[in-house]
Amino acid sequence: MITLLNCFSIAAISAGAFFFFTGTVGLLRFPDPLTRLHALTKADNLGLGLVALGLMPRAESTLSAFKLIVIWLLVLLSSASTAQLIGRALRRGRK
Amino acid sequence: MSLLPYLDIGLAVLIVAVAIWTIAAPDLFAAVVGYVAYGLLLAFVWIRLYAPDVALTEAAVGGGVTGVVLITAGKRLGALKNIAPEVQPGLPFKILTGVLAALVASAVCGAILMLPEPPPSLAPEAAAAASGAGAGLGNPITAVLMSYRSFDTMLEKIVLILAVIGVWSVSTDKAWGGAPPPFRQPKPYAPMVFLAQLLAPVGILIGIHIFWTGANAPGGAFQGGALLAAMWMITMMARLLEPPRVDAQWLRLALVAGPAVFLITGLTGEFVAGSFFAYPPSLAKPIILFIEAFMLLSIAAALPMLVAGPPSERPDQ
Repeated sequence: MITLLNCFSIAAISAGAFFFFTGTVGLLRFPDPLTRLHALTKADNLGLGLVALGLMPRAESTLSAFKLIVIWLLVLLSSASTAQLIGRALRRGRK
Repeated sequence: MSLLPYLDIGLAVLIVAVAIWTIAAPDLFAAVVGYVAYGLLLAFVWIRLYAPDVALTEAAVGGGVTGVVLITAGKRLGALKNIAPEVQPGLPFKILTGVLAALVASAVCGAILMLPEPPPSLAPEAAAAASGAGAGLGNPITAVLMSYRSFDTMLEKIVLILAVIGVWSVSTDKAWGGAPPPFRQPKPYAPMVFLAQLLAPVGILIGIHIFWTGANAPGGAFQGGALLAAMWMITMMARLLEPPRVDAQWLRLALVAGPAVFLITGLTGEFVAGSFFAYPPSLAKPIILFIEAFMLLSIAAALPMLVAGPPSERPDQ
């Protein structure tokens, strides 16, 4: 059971790291700010979500596992909103 | 074999790189972004040094509040640029500044390299003192801050109030007593309002939690207060709230509440526990939490007032 949970943790955190990696590559390589923003939010949302998911079985208590979800949700909220705000500022700047 | 030393070295190199970039950044905004990133990286360093209390403060103040203050200041400087003629410092002045900065930096480096082994430290004494009057607290940091060096902690809060007075005092006579200008353009974007409405209740809860848990775990009045301040600022940025008038009674009371309660409790200690800023050991924990609650209020009021700036003349007056 422990081995299974460890395998799950490793798989989820590796997948999360992969999303962070691709997000960073996108941030560096994509041609314009809007697509770069797209790459960045993918890393935030999926990457961090998978890392949090992988860390959950390793949390000390149910409460700290729940806190990991809350952290992920807060980052989701702020990254989605700031992406909207930056996108809006970009569009306004272009006109 | 552990990877952590390599991560630490990477972190140190990254911090120096970000610091250099912050100095060399082409424009003010880029420099501020660099500085915020620098603050967040420093928070990681404090985590690695097993100082989560300092890390929380650094992330909230160095990464958050200072960033907002600097961006606001940068905007106002940008507006001033068009009025005032540009005065560029001459080359000798720049060289002199650089030499002085290098001297200070090398003196600091020298002092660190020449530290005796083991370095002189007040930590054992402070730890012993923390197990005295503040023994009811599980978090030694809070015990030291509030019990061993309570006078410093109180003066820090007074400095914050002095800063607010300094900001207010640059207002014009006509605007005095009015409200600082609103944070953003007339009509805030919908995502901003959405973020403020959703985040503020959660943030206030977390801020109070960090203050409350500070007695036993990393956290405390300053970290919690900075979070509450951020929530007030975000609601003002979304124009859900407007900055209050600087002559509002409740605002002034909130600003002085922390240091005032701290000072009164300290003076009471002179008579009850035998010395200035001493607490009766059996009551130390409730007293410390009581003082911290008012400091939380003062910090949450002072930081947004620093960002809001001096009162301005409004068209409707």
